[in-house]
Amino acid sequence: MSSTLVEHEAAAKAPRPVTTGTPSPRRSRRLSWGRITPYLLILPAIVFELLVHVVPMVVGVWMSFIQLTQFYITNWLSAPFVGFGNFQIALDFQNPLGAQLARSFGVTLAFTILTVGSSWLFGMAASIVLQRSFRGRGFLRTLFLIPYAIPAYAGIITWKFIFQRDTGLLNELLVDNLHLTDTAPFWLIGDNAFWSLVIVSVWQQWPFAFLMTMAGMQGIPEELYEAAAIDGASVWQQMRHITLGLMRPINSVLLLLLFLWTFREFNTPFVLFGARPADSANLLVVNIYQSSFIQWNFGLGAAMSVLLMLFLILVAALWAVWNRKVRRDA
Amino acid sequence: MKIRILTAGAAVLALTVGLAGCAQSGESPAPTDASKPYAGTTIKYWATNQGPSLDADVEILQPELDKFEEQTGITVDLEVIPWSDMTNNTLAAAVSGQGPDVVNIGNTNATTLNTTGAFLPFEGEDLDAVGGKDKFLESAWQTTGPEGVAPTSLPLYSQVYGLFYNKALFEAKNLEAPTTWEELVDAAKAITDPATDTWGIVAPAGTVNVAMHIQYIFTAQAGGSPFDKAGEPDFVTDENIAGVRQYLDLMSEAKVMNPSNAQFTDGTQATSEFAAGKAGMYMAQTGNVAALQANGMDPSQYGVVPVPAPAGGDEVGSFIAGTNISVFKNTKHKEAALEFVKFMTSPEVSETLNKAYGTLPPLKDVPASAYEDFPELMDMWSLILADHAIPMSQVPTVSAYQANVGGGVVALFAEAATGATPTDADIEAMLNEAQQKMATS
Amino acid sequence: MHEPRSFKIFRWVVLVPLVLFTAVPLYVMMSSSLKPLGDVQGPWEWWPSEFTIQPFIDIWSTVPLAHYFWNSLVVSVCATAASVIIAIFASYAISRYRFRGRGAFSGVVLSTQMFPGILFLLPLFIIFVNIDRALGFQLFYQTQAGLIVTYLTFTLPFSIWMLASYMDGIPRDLDEAARVDGTTAMGALFRVVLPSARPGIIAVAVYSFMTAWGEILFASQMTNNETRTLSIGLQAYSTEVNVYWNQVMAASLVVSVPIVVGFLILQRYLVAGLTAGAVK
Repeated sequence: MSSTLVEHEAAAKAPRPVTTGTPSPRRSRRLSWGRITPYLLILPAIVFELLVHVVPMVVGVWMSFIQLTQFYITNWLSAPFVGFGNFQIALDFQNPLGAQLARSFGVTLAFTILTVGSSWLFGMAASIVLQRSFRGRGFLRTLFLIPYAIPAYAGIITWKFIFQRDTGLLNELLVDNLHLTDTAPFWLIGDNAFWSLVIVSVWQQWPFAFLMTMAGMQGIPEELYEAAAIDGASVWQQMRHITLGLMRPINSVLLLLLFLWTFREFNTPFVLFGARPADSANLLVVNIYQSSFIQWNFGLGAAMSVLLMLFLILVAALWAVWNRKVRRDA
Repeated sequence: MKIRILTAGAAVLALTVGLAGCAQSGESPAPTDASKPYAGTTIKYWATNQGPSLDADVEILQPELDKFEEQTGITVDLEVIPWSDMTNNTLAAAVSGQGPDVVNIGNTNATTLNTTGAFLPFEGEDLDAVGGKDKFLESAWQTTGPEGVAPTSLPLYSQVYGLFYNKALFEAKNLEAPTTWEELVDAAKAITDPATDTWGIVAPAGTVNVAMHIQYIFTAQAGGSPFDKAGEPDFVTDENIAGVRQYLDLMSEAKVMNPSNAQFTDGTQATSEFAAGKAGMYMAQTGNVAALQANGMDPSQYGVVPVPAPAGGDEVGSFIAGTNISVFKNTKHKEAALEFVKFMTSPEVSETLNKAYGTLPPLKDVPASAYEDFPELMDMWSLILADHAIPMSQVPTVSAYQANVGGGVVALFAEAATGATPTDADIEAMLNEAQQKMATS
Repeated sequence: MHEPRSFKIFRWVVLVPLVLFTAVPLYVMMSSSLKPLGDVQGPWEWWPSEFTIQPFIDIWSTVPLAHYFWNSLVVSVCATAASVIIAIFASYAISRYRFRGRGAFSGVVLSTQMFPGILFLLPLFIIFVNIDRALGFQLFYQTQAGLIVTYLTFTLPFSIWMLASYMDGIPRDLDEAARVDGTTAMGALFRVVLPSARPGIIAVAVYSFMTAWGEILFASQMTNNETRTLSIGLQAYSTEVNVYWNQVMAASLVVSVPIVVGFLILQRYLVAGLTAGAVK
């Protein structure tokens, strides 16, 4: 998967036919049909991509340059062009909206790093201890994958119930069973909301990390471990040198995917807290949702979305550069 | 081979469903009948969630819609939308130009929605077609927008805020219904007993629109308004700070409100807590009578008085709330839609529906039959509407005011609930921030 | 194989917290769904005061759950079927052909992973509505077809990516040989590549189905009473007279069970699909 990604990056820079080591079916080149075939094959995909990704994105970017407020929403074309005005508001950190966006960016970054880090760590750890067969391994593997399969809404609403102040499991456990605090803390408002968000997201995300790392580890030939064991390497050394080493490509893809997905997370805060989460849990996409659908300032919302997209593209580009360097060094 | 069959099957399935989707929207041909000029037309109506549940709304509305069909031959395709989705759906319809023909709106948004230009102005013959301005009560008419601008919505159900109090809890402590804010706080303190989870007052403190409503009322009690004479936002005033303070203090200063209320993001939970006898008082709108009943609380178990003002303050207990009805400008069935609005605002239908919802008919000479068995409640709601209610500011930025100030109040409640004691400076900072956000919307 | 004691301890240290973390919410969901309403309105009880299946009966009448279930099923199945078919062709082209624009296409497919969905929401509205207007009937706006198309393009990029990687892992000699024998490109795809790519295809289908089944943002804005899907329909329980947590949990369970069972049956394919794509 990762090699494909790198290959695509390279191909994007050099539009000429790529000549890789593998032979391509040259036979078809001679026939005009053969030349058209690949385009016919990707045509349906292109049509749908255009309809739902490319065209809306172009419209969305255009929206970010106009003053699309309640006064103009029924007649888009009459909305005044404001150039970078919306971007100025979004990036003016003296202004409350800009300040809120900056804070929201910080919250989102912290949330993403914690969620992705924990999810990866949990996934790796579980994959490693479940790599060798023992009684109950199949059951545990199944159990760990369940949260990934449960529809987002059902999982999040269950957590919302757990986090209820007066009727939730968590406070019953902390206050009445373990007597850790006297007054029941809030989990859905105030600063704790951030931790609730992280917990729920990790619960949902880590099974995917587990699935990916488990898949990766299954691909490592058993002989490598056997050979290492004959050479006298301990289980820990095998883990460090063979498992972690060979898992590097899959880990780098996994971390990128988790980062991109988590940074855009909308479902969890929206279901947990509603349209107005605590400042501590005000993720970027929710912030954009507020600007657009609650404040009815779609131009500003679009400008924020464009900024978010630029940031994610930057992250992916940095990742691609880093990934290529790692591969060259390897 | 198997996969080929599978994929082929799936492709056929996809196509079939696609076609089935198309087929749904076909329109039936119209039979002609001179007395029913629009017979055969189908109009789409989005109703707001007025009753205890969406299903209850359908049960209440459908018989009336059937009557309408019988009279006019016009079919009404009803959809009841929860309040939480209403603004979004209306907005989507406004943006896309495609939506229902007739829609209910919360009247605080009347002016905001008017400025979108998505709705049909009721003026000239269109206003005549629905029965004219004169059938509406003056107080209700004020909710349709600023003077001199053709309204794009007409009053359907009127409501005001009142202070509900639990008679049993009050009698147990030998308390009288409060007439000033100070008495309210004292009574609340007498009732509050965290050990038995009984509280003086309950409020949906995590609910943005209610926070805005209450802030508006309390600011008016202090003699101020969130908007200046020109209709511009003017949040950073002593009166506005006092308005926030008075509401917030119930939790942070007097501690007569369960901090858990800060998690109530809609009115449902507050209503059920009050019905369960967990709180002595509840500031809520007229229509809550029906929801309380659904939760097992009979009108004989509670009393209602105007929301009291601090001693010496203006005796404002409510703004004139309620639900209005609008027609989308680009409806293809304007005449049928106007016919339907006329029907919905006719005396008989108004009486029936307002009775079912426990709300007040906005029409002259139409009795509020919901309270025929409880005359003292009837008198009280009439009194509040006549003497204690002011109109909501009719400015286009009311929705933004609701989002920014209402949202800010909710955030302060969250702080109060989690242990902080918000100061006047905190409130001022919140209002200041809200004010600055208004400048960009 | 020899396992040192330290590894066994490490295994316990890892597994016990993870099992608790994973299982507690599942337990909450299951036990609460069997409680009477009174149990879920007071402080949390670890064990129901009495077992009742009433919540499972009530959920169908409180909210038209069966209708939403059907909607979700139609939308998810169609989006999955279409996604798989289109992805098969597109990834075959990417995997087996070197053509002008291949890089650009792959780039676009990948970059969609960086687009915030919310940026599309409103423009997509406008586009759907205008298509409908041009056609003269409601094809996309607030219809199942509209939702299917929307989900299709969420799932398509990842599907193409995953399947193309999977096909890269299938030796070219196989289809080359078939081509030399005179089989057409389509013939090679259907007779040679597809049978070998079955795990990858199932993996793509599982992923697509789950994405469509659980999506919230677009479903909340692009459906109406008729076309509402489960994830949005579930929210209706909290707009009722009371917050029926036992019913909410029962409904969540009912919504989750089919997809969890399906996923667990097919997950080995997902693992295989991911492995082939990622490690080579």
